[in-house]
Amino acid sequence: MSIEFLVATAVGVLSAAGIYLVLRARTFPVVLGLAFMSYAINVFLFASGRLVINQPPIWGKDVAAYTDPLPQALVLTAIVIAFGMTALVVVLALRAYLETGTDQVDGLADEAPGPDSSPSREAGQ
Amino acid sequence: MSHWLIAPVLLPALLAPLMLLFLRKRLMESRVVSVASCLALLAMACLLVVQASDGTIQSYALGDWRAPFGIILALDRLSALMLLITATLALAVMIYAVVTGLDRKGWHFHPLFQFQLLGLNGAFLTGDLFNLFVFFEVLLIASYGLMLHGGGGARLKAGVQYVVVNLVGSTLFLVAVGLLYGATGTLNMAHMGERVAQAPAGDHGLILAGGLLMIAVFALKAAVVPLHFWLPRTYASTSAPVAALFAIMTKVGAYCILRFTTVVFGDGAGELAWAPAPYLLPAALATMLLGFIGVLGARQLRHLAAFSVIGSMGTLVSAIAVFTPEATAAALYYLPHSTFAAAALFLVIDQITRRRGDFGDALSPSPAFARAGPLSALFFLTAIAVVGLPPLSGFPGKLLILDAVRDAPGGWWIWGFILGTTVISLLAFARAGSVLFWKSAATPGEIQAADPVAPVASALVVAALLAVLAGLTLAGGPVSGYLNDTAEQIFEAGAYGGAILGPG
Repeated sequence: MSIEFLVATAVGVLSAAGIYLVLRARTFPVVLGLAFMSYAINVFLFASGRLVINQPPIWGKDVAAYTDPLPQALVLTAIVIAFGMTALVVVLALRAYLETGTDQVDGLADEAPGPDSSPSREAGQ
Repeated sequence: MSHWLIAPVLLPALLAPLMLLFLRKRLMESRVVSVASCLALLAMACLLVVQASDGTIQSYALGDWRAPFGIILALDRLSALMLLITATLALAVMIYAVVTGLDRKGWHFHPLFQFQLLGLNGAFLTGDLFNLFVFFEVLLIASYGLMLHGGGGARLKAGVQYVVVNLVGSTLFLVAVGLLYGATGTLNMAHMGERVAQAPAGDHGLILAGGLLMIAVFALKAAVVPLHFWLPRTYASTSAPVAALFAIMTKVGAYCILRFTTVVFGDGAGELAWAPAPYLLPAALATMLLGFIGVLGARQLRHLAAFSVIGSMGTLVSAIAVFTPEATAAALYYLPHSTFAAAALFLVIDQITRRRGDFGDALSPSPAFARAGPLSALFFLTAIAVVGLPPLSGFPGKLLILDAVRDAPGGWWIWGFILGTTVISLLAFARAGSVLFWKSAATPGEIQAADPVAPVASALVVAALLAVLAGLTLAGGPVSGYLNDTAEQIFEAGAYGGAILGPG
């Protein structure tokens, strides 16, 4: 199996998982989805410099083939930004949950209690 | 190489961390530094506009790494214009926030504001696509903090959505950068334009996918339908001065659409020339219609203002999407107008809300409130500006757009939508004004509202913004002269690239 297939599959699966989770209604899956999407992008950015192995990253006069070092700088920047943003969105989601009492992304209260909601809460109403 | 070019990025980048370190608990000093910084940015923007007005395109190689290897900042007439608009708006908003005491309602307002200006100025100056991504992140991170400033449940709920939407947008930005870099092997926009022009036909699909994805990200920032959903709730739930500052954020999207398309997909791009245009125009028309219908349907004043931002973005992007020098010049006249008008609208609504006690910004008759007379005059003038009636600059703005798109393909659609939505917004604002002021005057009862802080000073800020709009009308000749030159410079093939990449 070629490395291209492996990388393409990894990007595809990570993106699919990320998109699915981002479209969920509660904040925790959404945060995980954002993390998955940023992983997918990191792998994808590596691939944008072509998949080359065992080549020097710097061009010289005596070097016939080389690999592109720039995507790795881009990925490094993207990792740092994604890391900071994930931390921010986690804190924000927690704060919103604590202040509004719901972890729904659209901020609506949980109106219809699900089958696993505790009976004591309904009895209390 | 003039070092003034980098000053609008450097000044807030230095001041923000210094304020964070040394002025954390010193509100008065923070205010002085912040206002002084806004004044200095305004002075620099004026200087840069003067420098750019002779038609040269300056480029600034960071660390003296020449293009296309290093990161390049570039100043042409368009960048200078955007810097001037940003600095003017920032000064007005900063004064309003200080006199109404918004900056004491939470931590770090002033450093966040400076970081926001850093991101904005950087995005307007950079000539590098990945650098643009970084400045986007800087302005977004600062905007998250500013948007949530002051706290509250509603603001947090809207904040989570705003952050998530923009994070997904940033992810798409990186996908687009990756695609374009993979296909062209460069991140410098001017260099990318050259590479796109020489690209073999087999790469056109990849380049097109990357380019359109990039435009989609910019359209998300510009709140173009169907990517506008985040805007009404965000702008309606944040504090008025922050919403007024955010009036420039949507314009960043419009600026990037214009810059990216003309540099990368310009006339030289062969088959790919103006590839985004056919998608942009219908989306912009839908934005215009949906925005102003939203204005008509709004039940709260802040929603009314937020939807009027969407509507004016539709008008602006529809003129940009034509991609002719004439239409672009008209769009560039409408751009500062719609920025200042939207900011004035958010601030005047804040003034009214403060006087109405428990009625807040609900669009329903309330008993008469204090100072309804002067406030109604301010609201009336702002509404005139937003709708686009004479004598304020919305009228010449829309007139210039209509005149410029007459011969363009799809021009008559733009005519129909602009004229139709102007009537809709006229109805909406007439109704809002009569509910707020006439029906309130006839409603018995009394409003219990404490006197707001600094009513005169904050109203003067709104009046100053309206005066800028009046100035834009009175100085219409010189202003549109500059803007015509700007548009010609944008569309002059190879001018931007030649200045950045040098001869050969």
